Amino acid sequence: MDFNLTPEEAAFRDEVRAFLDENLDAAESERDMNWFGGWLKKVREKRWVGFSWPKEVGGGGGTVMQQVILKEEMAKRKAPPLGSCYMGLAWVGPSIIQYGNEEQKQKYIPDILDGTYQWCTGYSEPDSGSDLASLKCRCERDGDEYVVNGQKIWTSIAMISKMMILLVRTQTDVDVKHDGITCLLVEMDSPGIEVRPIKNMSGGAMFAEVFLTDVRVPVENRLGAEGGGWKVTVSALANERSSIAEVYGLTRKMEELKDLARDTERAGQRAIDIPSIRRRLQRAEIRIESMRLNGQRFLTKQLKGEPLGSETSINKLHRASLEVEMGELAMEITGSASTLMQGCDEAPEDGRWAKFALGWPEVVIGGGTPNIQKNIISERILGLPKD
Amino acid sequence: MNFGFTEEQELLRAEVRKFLDQNASLEEVRKIVESDEGFDRHLWNRMAELGWIGLTMPEAQGGMGLGFETFLVVLEETGRSLFPSPLISTLLAARAIERFGSEAQQARWLPGLANGETIGTLAVLEESDDWSSSGVRLEGKRDGGETILSGAKHFVPDAGNAGLFVVAYRSGADPEAVSLAVVEEGADGVAAGHLPAMDLTKRLGKLDLDDVRVADDALLAADWAGVQSLIDLGAALVTAETVGAAERALEITTEFAKQRIQFDSPIGRYQGVKHPLAEMFVDIESYKSLVYYAIWAIDAGDDVAPLAVSRAKAYVSETFPMAGISGVQLHGGVGFTWEYDIQLFLKRGKWMRPMFGDADYHYDRIADLGGL
Ligand SMILES: Cc1cc2nc3c(=O)[nH]c(=O)nc-3n(C[C@H](O)[C@H](O)[C@H](O)COP(=O)(O)OP(=O)(O)OC[C@H]3O[C@@H](n4cnc5c(N)ncnc54)[C@H](O)[C@@H]3O)c2cc1C
Repeated sequence: MDFNLTPEEAAFRDEVRAFLDENLDAAESERDMNWFGGWLKKVREKRWVGFSWPKEVGGGGGTVMQQVILKEEMAKRKAPPLGSCYMGLAWVGPSIIQYGNEEQKQKYIPDILDGTYQWCTGYSEPDSGSDLASLKCRCERDGDEYVVNGQKIWTSIAMISKMMILLVRTQTDVDVKHDGITCLLVEMDSPGIEVRPIKNMSGGAMFAEVFLTDVRVPVENRLGAEGGGWKVTVSALANERSSIAEVYGLTRKMEELKDLARDTERAGQRAIDIPSIRRRLQRAEIRIESMRLNGQRFLTKQLKGEPLGSETSINKLHRASLEVEMGELAMEITGSASTLMQGCDEAPEDGRWAKFALGWPEVVIGGGTPNIQKNIISERILGLPKD
Repeated sequence: MNFGFTEEQELLRAEVRKFLDQNASLEEVRKIVESDEGFDRHLWNRMAELGWIGLTMPEAQGGMGLGFETFLVVLEETGRSLFPSPLISTLLAARAIERFGSEAQQARWLPGLANGETIGTLAVLEESDDWSSSGVRLEGKRDGGETILSGAKHFVPDAGNAGLFVVAYRSGADPEAVSLAVVEEGADGVAAGHLPAMDLTKRLGKLDLDDVRVADDALLAADWAGVQSLIDLGAALVTAETVGAAERALEITTEFAKQRIQFDSPIGRYQGVKHPLAEMFVDIESYKSLVYYAIWAIDAGDDVAPLAVSRAKAYVSETFPMAGISGVQLHGGVGFTWEYDIQLFLKRGKWMRPMFGDADYHYDRIADLGGL
């Protein structure tokens, strides 16, 4: 074991620190959209967007260790994200790089890196959630085109996306339901697509129902083989789980939560000095540290060429319980004012913690619920019979 | 960055596992703990010959001079088999002498500890059960060029078998004026014995000191920070050993869940059974990562070591005792029998919880260290 940085790695860390010194502090007070645009341009020039992707497709070709360093330094400084095409960077891009042909790579990857437009993910259906492979969205071939009919649901940011990675059923008479699923890359402005936003419990509408009626998709927009969509999805979901398990976002949230506990006064003392609150913060922080180290241990395995499968479920489970616990802790810390929403002076930090405490379903339910993760661990790792 | 073991370390692991599978099956362990000493001298001596006891002790003193990272591999295996032996205790006594002893003191005691002849242990706690410096009230009274120790040390691991005690005593009025003295079994006024304890694979006892005269050449040059580093090391080693025990407990329960049929199906199919097992797996993997990192930091002399140790020990102390309870519960009635092995792991969890600080102690320590 060795956690020391090599001289090259230390040099890279210093490069990152110098960049953040130069580009972050000065602008922190005016972090508006203009500023964010400039930031995105600069990190793109550095090739830190898609940093782990191969150089041939425009990525940064960063080593695993460099990625760890970059993310850690960014989290410590609470830097804004590297890139703006969230799903494109998290799993659509990696899927295209793995399963796409040359034209597809050239057509889609640069725009994902530049954040030209958004991608959304059309997997879930009203009757196919946890049991995703039971999906029914119909798809028939007609010459050089596929014709798609069906409904998707919970499609995050469908209303602002230009593209969708869509799962459809191209074959129904299969022995195993996972066969007969195909993955398509679909333009959202294709005739026959209707998007109906769904209001969620925090009052926003960031996901939607997507209705597809006789939507024509060119065959060249198929990702991977016909009937090979499940394979594409499994690797995409693993990417989603590992990106959801990203510990650095949590590290950052934790820093903010500690600040909140330091700045909040409860009955004459700082909230952080209340033993029960301090304990809960400590417990959460230890879980986050264990996620960081789990991630590094699994990366080492991967680098040694050992296959990495269901381990990502470990951190996804931690993340799910932490997301809930940290929201509840913020409520506990801020007391009676905790339920006040944005728009009044009394709301702590303009209601952002109240909003956070309503936001956990995205990571807890999205990408597979805790029950499903526990099934994965007990069946695939511990070898218990399927239920 | 590298978060894996070397090929040599993996070979050592295989060797230790083979040795323990052959000589210390749980059936064998049950017999060994029935003996007076509670461990098997013959196996202990063979382990010494194989170099495992002196693994981390200096080569000049008969050890192998390797890091705790390598020793971790041995401990995971002794944990797996609940191997009863004074391994951690002896190692801590040796570490104290190596870090805070003169060359002459090292030459006097380390070879005997490394070759298995002397069993050592660290005696810090007193009746107050307080791991902080104020818990050490045993006073070192100066008298004619000697130090007189009179009092008792409680909860001393392997007290009844130890030939050498490294004893924490108060060396002055300052709250942190604490140092270490080496006291040998058989010296005038030294009496030690075991107490009946729940986990038969781990012996625990009391050391009584009645006007024991300690010559200056048996005093170690340690201060409170030094004693605390030994407590940290103890916590790290106990956690490492627990990783092995926990993995075995999970294996045993998982295997049972595959075999036991109820409602026409292996009970491991039911989520009420399989999900707690998945949760145990998540916890084990997580404190494993934490303790590996902590032990690396100890070896590397990295400042983060105490913080890293406390995080690992707080996590394991909170979760492994509960995993033992789940393990028994998931076995149903047979889990409660003396005959089934899972209960041995439940007891190991209870032994481990307070050892070198429980979760509360380590949370407070994290705060003291400025962690949170
Ligand atoms: C904020 C948010 C954003 C999302 N974004 C997207 C998106 O962009 N694209 C997309 O395709 N999907 C998206 N989803 C959908 C998400 O993937 C599904 O909601 C999720 O997989 C669960 O499916 P379901 O909602 O149908 O619940 P169900 O599968 O009906 O589950 C209901 C409950 O039953 C439990 N359950 C189900 N099966 C089992 C079982 N075998 N064992 C034990 N318990 C079980 C579940 O754990 C859950 O608690 C999003 C969801 C949320 C909340």
